[in-house]
Amino acid sequence: MRRRLAILLFLGASIRGAARADEAAPGALSFHGFLLAETAGRITAQRPPGGDGGDYVLGEERLRLELAGGAGGAQFLAKGELVHDSIGEQFAVDLREAYVAHAVGPVDFRLGRLIVTWGVGDLFFINDVFPKDWESFFSGRPLEYLKVAVDGLQARFSTPLAHAELLAIPSFTADTLPSPSRFSSFFPYAGVPGQRQELPQSRFSNTEVAARVYRELAGFDVSLYAYRGYWRTPSVRLDDPVAPTVATRFFPALSTYGVSMQRNLFAGTLSAEAGYYDSRDDRAGRDPTVPNSQWRFLAGYQRELSPDFTAGLQLYGELMSTYGAYRSSLPAGAPIEDEFRGVLSLRLTRLLDYQAWRLSLFVAYSPTDEDYLVQPEVSYKVTDALSVRAGANVLGGRHPWTFFGQFGRNDNVFVAGRLDF
Amino acid sequence: MINRIWAAGWAVAVAVAGPAGAAPNATEIVEKSQQAFYYPGTDMRARVTMDLVTSSGQKRTRVLTMLRKNAAGGDQKYFMFFHEPGDVRRTSFLVWKHPERDDDRWIFIPAINAVRRIAASDSRSSFVGSDFSYEDVSGRDVSADVHALVREEKLGDAECYVVESKPTQPADYTRRVSWIDKATFLPLKEEYYDAQNQLSRLFTADAIEVVGQGGKKAYPTVVRRTMKNVKSGHATEVRFAGVAYNQGFGDDVFTERALQNPPTRWIQQ
Repeated sequence: MRRRLAILLFLGASIRGAARADEAAPGALSFHGFLLAETAGRITAQRPPGGDGGDYVLGEERLRLELAGGAGGAQFLAKGELVHDSIGEQFAVDLREAYVAHAVGPVDFRLGRLIVTWGVGDLFFINDVFPKDWESFFSGRPLEYLKVAVDGLQARFSTPLAHAELLAIPSFTADTLPSPSRFSSFFPYAGVPGQRQELPQSRFSNTEVAARVYRELAGFDVSLYAYRGYWRTPSVRLDDPVAPTVATRFFPALSTYGVSMQRNLFAGTLSAEAGYYDSRDDRAGRDPTVPNSQWRFLAGYQRELSPDFTAGLQLYGELMSTYGAYRSSLPAGAPIEDEFRGVLSLRLTRLLDYQAWRLSLFVAYSPTDEDYLVQPEVSYKVTDALSVRAGANVLGGRHPWTFFGQFGRNDNVFVAGRLDF
Repeated sequence: MINRIWAAGWAVAVAVAGPAGAAPNATEIVEKSQQAFYYPGTDMRARVTMDLVTSSGQKRTRVLTMLRKNAAGGDQKYFMFFHEPGDVRRTSFLVWKHPERDDDRWIFIPAINAVRRIAASDSRSSFVGSDFSYEDVSGRDVSADVHALVREEKLGDAECYVVESKPTQPADYTRRVSWIDKATFLPLKEEYYDAQNQLSRLFTADAIEVVGQGGKKAYPTVVRRTMKNVKSGHATEVRFAGVAYNQGFGDDVFTERALQNPPTRWIQQ
């Protein structure tokens, strides 16, 4: 492992030299990246059964290479990573983002692997229907790793009246959930001998479509959204509810419709967002394996309380439709979700010493689920190129099946270093 | 782009901005100074290098391209694209400055391809960790201070108005003394005093060049400036390179579309 790390460091250093050389001719082609090393350790001593990391949740080095350039009106960007998992002793390649872009009059096209972020929420997503990597999020990787790219075509239209964005995604990407080998979580069917996953097939009729129209309206940045595709968190179907031999994870059909707005208010920023999740495979709510349709909404306010000290408060809610049908179809003994799930969250950020130090705290608490997430973090920029970061993920709750509560045995602390070139 | 700067422009500049008759009042001087410092031309482009230097000499550097366009009623639009350091590379800021109300500010975060509106509460807060505040970068509303002409004197070779400005609302300074060049109306030196009436920050214009555009109009421009925190010894030194005025940027450079698709024509200089 040491030797492999040395190879990565050497690669990083060589590339850094090469990147220096390209500074002589900026613009044409830019070549940059970073080396990221991170370790996260569980502090509960409650190891997941059969896990491969023991008390380690994460231990890895990532060499990021970013190549960007353009020629003849077209541009391209490629961000790839060579990842060394020091726990599993494995190397992997992760192509995080890669596309070609071309502008035709008022339309910007992008084709390839795209990272798309919609909505105005802080870590709570309504109209951002794109895949997330929750394992990254709960193990302390930088926040950008929470977002996972989709493969598709994007067209952005700019007109004096409004802007619009259209996405076609032919192949489905699921959320990355914390893996059972590193995280304990709630999965009641872990004992079923056969485990299968059914992804939506890459057929033309299965192409996911997402659209957004936005403009400024009376001081508000207003967006309207629509999406037709699938839930990204799997549902589970058993071949036999009494003595199951196969548990199949599948992704039910979903459409969403929503709106968001954001504006300055009392020297801060006010955000609001709402959406309707139309669970197309179970509109009546009678199939207990498919999530019911639901309303989601959030409201947030963020303000700089004093120079370099910012506070943000957010309310998030989910309201299940056809709750009666859900309750009456639920098998005996299954955990019961509430009709309403509410989460209150607070983010504090303090920058110190000419912004070289960054202290942040994110706290989320759900009075309905009775669960919580606490994420303190401190980072320090040693130089322009080198930064270090440490923090913790503390999760828990009253019930082992709620979103944060299920990860209660995985409280962890992490340290990370990043070298940019 | 230094070749656009021509020494002969000095004469033109003096003719354009020079004093006419009796000394104007202090508010007029500050207004003219703001025009000369923050508003010259219809638009402006510069590659800005900021060195943040600690009292022990440790240096951090930010490099950005700044595009600015004037709009009606003292409004301005700014587009700032970061080249360095690596962790903020390709991050860009869009600011719609409104002198009479809160600015609109957006940031583009390249790692997640997201445009976010950011709170514009405290214009006195630090611009990207430097000794300059947002207001120092894009200008402070003239009516936010009460101005008095305290004397006229030479600073180096330049005849200056010395103007004292006191904030009407509590700020991080209680008194600012500015040496404003009578010829160009550029601020050559500014002293900021704290609540104990001690010198806390010091601004100096370290190099001024006259930037002309094809022999048309010429603009004296502060191409090197320093803001020093006198108490901590920390200082930020800023260099403007490739300064060009009246480039004819369209309004489309100052939109969310431009945040997502930076105008490479203007920033790759």
